[in-house]
Amino acid sequence: MSIRYLLRRLATLLLVLLGVSIVAFSVQPLLPGSAARVRLGVQATDEAVAALEARMGLDRPLVVQYLDWAGGMVLRGDFGDSMVTGTPIRDEIVRRVPATVGLAFAALLVGLAIALPLGILSALKPGGKRDLGASIFSQIGVSIPDFWMGILFILLFAETLGWLPSSGYAPLSAGLGAWASHLVLPALTAGLISGSIMTRFVRSAMLEVLGMDYVRTAHAKGVAARRVLTKHVLRNAAISVVTIIGLQMATLLSSIVVIEIIFAWPGLGQLALNATLQRDYPVLQASVLMAAVAFTVVNLLTDLSYVLLDPSVEVA
Amino acid sequence: MATAARDGGASTSARAPWRDALRRFARHRLAMTGAGLVALLVFTAVFGRAVAPYDPLAMDFTARFAPPSLAHPFGTDDFGRDVLSRILYGARISLQVAFIAVGLSGTAGVALGLAAGYLGGWIDELVMRFMDVLFAFPAVLLAITVMAVLGRGVGNAMIAIAIVYVPIFARVTRGAVLSVRAREYVTAARALGSRSHRVMLGHVLPNAVGPIIVQTSLSLAFAILAEAALSFFGLGTQPPDPSWGRMLSEGRGFLRQAPWMGIFPGLAIMVSVLGFNFLGDGLRDLLDPRTRRR
Repeated sequence: MSIRYLLRRLATLLLVLLGVSIVAFSVQPLLPGSAARVRLGVQATDEAVAALEARMGLDRPLVVQYLDWAGGMVLRGDFGDSMVTGTPIRDEIVRRVPATVGLAFAALLVGLAIALPLGILSALKPGGKRDLGASIFSQIGVSIPDFWMGILFILLFAETLGWLPSSGYAPLSAGLGAWASHLVLPALTAGLISGSIMTRFVRSAMLEVLGMDYVRTAHAKGVAARRVLTKHVLRNAAISVVTIIGLQMATLLSSIVVIEIIFAWPGLGQLALNATLQRDYPVLQASVLMAAVAFTVVNLLTDLSYVLLDPSVEVA
Repeated sequence: MATAARDGGASTSARAPWRDALRRFARHRLAMTGAGLVALLVFTAVFGRAVAPYDPLAMDFTARFAPPSLAHPFGTDDFGRDVLSRILYGARISLQVAFIAVGLSGTAGVALGLAAGYLGGWIDELVMRFMDVLFAFPAVLLAITVMAVLGRGVGNAMIAIAIVYVPIFARVTRGAVLSVRAREYVTAARALGSRSHRVMLGHVLPNAVGPIIVQTSLSLAFAILAEAALSFFGLGTQPPDPSWGRMLSEGRGFLRQAPWMGIFPGLAIMVSVLGFNFLGDGLRDLLDPRTRRR
């Protein structure tokens, strides 16, 4: 990977992050009425609202407000205080990031455990029974609402069978068993949906490689089918699979917002929705910004890993 | 034959690709299944209220939590309202939101993608970087953020969903336009002195429409899911209107007592989304020359 390419991608990343921060910041100025009015309620006097606006710095020009907000985050890691609890938003985010990231990784593992064997098997015999089964699974997985699947799992595994807790989170410090039992249902819900999407990608990546001349040549030379699969097909299809993992990680962050809410999982998604429902706009701004930054960085890392694995992409 | 003779040869050859496409569509099992499910959904949305056995808003406290039976095939909810009637009525809300949201995002996204792809240069850079910014937000979070600014309600949910899907339409359209822009007929139109907007609308867009049609069908599926999710969170359709997402959210509180309150609305969402996904995938198979089977 050339330095020039890397610098170009980093410059694009910074530009996008600048845009993302402007969009996230815009939430407050775009509100009908000021944040001070929201905080004090509709019955507050105009004087009281004006005084709070001055205290919150909302009477300053928007550019100054933005620079203060963005500068505080970048230079001091200061996201401001919650309008509801009055506590620093940074502490809340630091507390919630591990829960979201942990759930995303667990879901990705579940997804890969489903998608890799299913995608490979269905590509080996396109049009066969396994392919049809994988296709049906994939179509249903893409179409099923994640929040509904979560509800069905709670109904079956928690309410009816009583095997697993229906919601909540236990940190690792509470013991491996408690941590894992709380993680299973949300990870399974997000993982099944993610797995159904990835199955399609793995299948098409495999089919593309299976159709390559070098695979045909290997078969023609009499190389054993298993060896062709492991030495040629899987190795080359792995490049696409790495991209799929990166893309899925980014998509999972979106899906996990919903899963967190269903399972009362204390992550960033739940924080954002609660902030919306409670009209706690600084918290909403910070949580949305954090999620967007994570999303953008994961996308960049995916692109870079793709270039590392297949240098021709950079040339293209 | 008679029609062909009346219309003349030129007209027949112009119609042939459409007839060919229709014939291929009719033979494509996935696309036909999707079209059937979508037709059923549209029928339910249009005539749902007429065919519903009960008033979807009528409460009957003597029939609270009644399990599925002949009188109430999908049971009743905590207010004794008939779940089937509410699902039938909810189809209209889901479809209305999906069509309007996708219509708005499609119009804006196609216009932006067309301009970016055809005009190129700084317009392309400006439009696509802005789309990158919107793309950087996880879809659900972006929709929630827009709802936070606009406020709750079904109309605002449409706008929120539309904003989420604008970048997708812009990217798909730009990609298709880039592949068409360099074709000879476009160069010829430009050489003949046609103005940019005429070339874009008259030559480029009609030839780039395939991926946009596919994207429209797939986006309708996602829009139904997104509306259900927003209503589920209490941001979209407000009570007492029976939106599927709202019904699921209400049913969640009575999982043990009345599981049908949560099962049937979810099933309705899944079947509708499946229909649009089948249709979209089928159309992609038919319109994409790489996957088209002749």
